[in-house]
Amino acid sequence: MSLFKVFDVSGSGMNAQQTRLNTVASNLANAETVAGSPEAAYRSRQPVFASVLQAAQQGQGSGSVMGNPGQPDGTNVGVQVDEIVESDAPVQPMYMPNHPEADDEGYVYRSNVNSVEEMTNMISASRSYQNNVEVMNTSKELLLQTLRLGQQ
Amino acid sequence: MSLSLDKAFGTQELALRLRGERSQMLASNIANADTPNFKAKDMDFQAAMQAAESRGTGPMQATHEKHFNVSPGGGLDGDPQALYRVPHGPALDGNTVESHVEQAKFAENSVQYQASLTFLGDRITGLLGAIRGE
Repeated sequence: MSLFKVFDVSGSGMNAQQTRLNTVASNLANAETVAGSPEAAYRSRQPVFASVLQAAQQGQGSGSVMGNPGQPDGTNVGVQVDEIVESDAPVQPMYMPNHPEADDEGYVYRSNVNSVEEMTNMISASRSYQNNVEVMNTSKELLLQTLRLGQQ
Repeated sequence: MSLSLDKAFGTQELALRLRGERSQMLASNIANADTPNFKAKDMDFQAAMQAAESRGTGPMQATHEKHFNVSPGGGLDGDPQALYRVPHGPALDGNTVESHVEQAKFAENSVQYQASLTFLGDRITGLLGAIRGE
């Protein structure tokens, strides 16, 4: 029953978007942090998404009862977070001689988080998450109706 | 006259399965809305339906007159072909998913799934009525 697989797919999508929201949260939380050296400064983290082809898993998972063996073209494609990369945008030196973290020349280094970018990322992630929730809800309704088939 | 349940339900059962397959494809598209280089897929429902219908009842199925007649529902093996969607405005990261398009298609597919369900349900009600002699 392929509607069951929709839950896997949408679930993986929700997982990925949640990771994205998490990184946005830590980026925003660390947006104003400063450090004593450019190396120690916080760098914004971004997840890299990759699609997962679950065709290989067919047969051992759910839903092969209905006689629907291998899907050669891989219609069952979830998402996973491939890796989390740190942004290599330059960190901003700020002249703050009185700061306890300041180096010999009186500079501290602010994280390279771009708040505007992070906010748009957040909106995009939450919209995508909502889309996946919507898909799940609809599929759930359809499945429940299918289960009720013939029982008036 | 014997009553074949496969024939009683007609093509609606096939349609329901294909609708399920399609909803999975569309869900994949929506889930991968932010995946770089992901290409959105969909199926040509009419072609898939025709292929699935002809597969079950074609003369190639039986090589002997005493072979059982395989019902259309038995063989969806050769999957409905996944075709790539042509995006209205391509994105920079090579992703061709347009969430609004996919959502519209998903909603459309859900309604059609529901329609098939309703037809099946009515047919079952009719059969039950006939069996009970109502």
